[in-house]
Amino acid sequence: MIFLSFFKTLVGKEIAVELKNDVVFTGTLHSVDQYLNVKLLNVQVINPDKYPQLVALQNCFIRGSVVRYIQIPPEHVDTELLEDAARRENAPASTKK
Amino acid sequence: MASTIKEWKDKVVFVLTADGRIIVGQLVGHDQVQNLIMNDAHERVYSADEGVEKVPLGLYVIRGDNLCLIGEYDESKFSDDQTAPAPIPPIQQQIF
Repeated sequence: MIFLSFFKTLVGKEIAVELKNDVVFTGTLHSVDQYLNVKLLNVQVINPDKYPQLVALQNCFIRGSVVRYIQIPPEHVDTELLEDAARRENAPASTKK
Repeated sequence: MASTIKEWKDKVVFVLTADGRIIVGQLVGHDQVQNLIMNDAHERVYSADEGVEKVPLGLYVIRGDNLCLIGEYDESKFSDDQTAPAPIPPIQQQIF
């Protein structure tokens, strides 16, 4: 669940989501679930001249299975916290609290 | 959270399918794997030289697997004489 927890820390931040068909959306992360389905607010498509079909979109729900990348602003990532969480996740069961 | 789709129930929504088609219609039902039931749906077919062609589909069920994106749209930016240089590419699905 480490990725879910991680993405939950990014709620309210501006992210870019690249789909498996190379379309990229930017928007404010509203919510994320266990399948990494994401909901974005105030969505804008990158390259609107190429995809005028998608410029009318405002808020959208993107299915996790079609996402290739999620780009996040580095200033919103707490690397130390993430390292700690990864260590805890991979720790042998006996040492887990 | 499938609950994020729930707020759009009974509203007219924009759906992008995995094969790159755009379907607009009233969302009347959905489930936790994003299977959708849409009423009074129509497909918006874009082409490079003509405007948007609306293909009426009526009551339409979309299986969750084929859904790429669902959302609200701004009617004012949705003109019928829009043209698109290229269709939205499909999402290749792994075939086993």
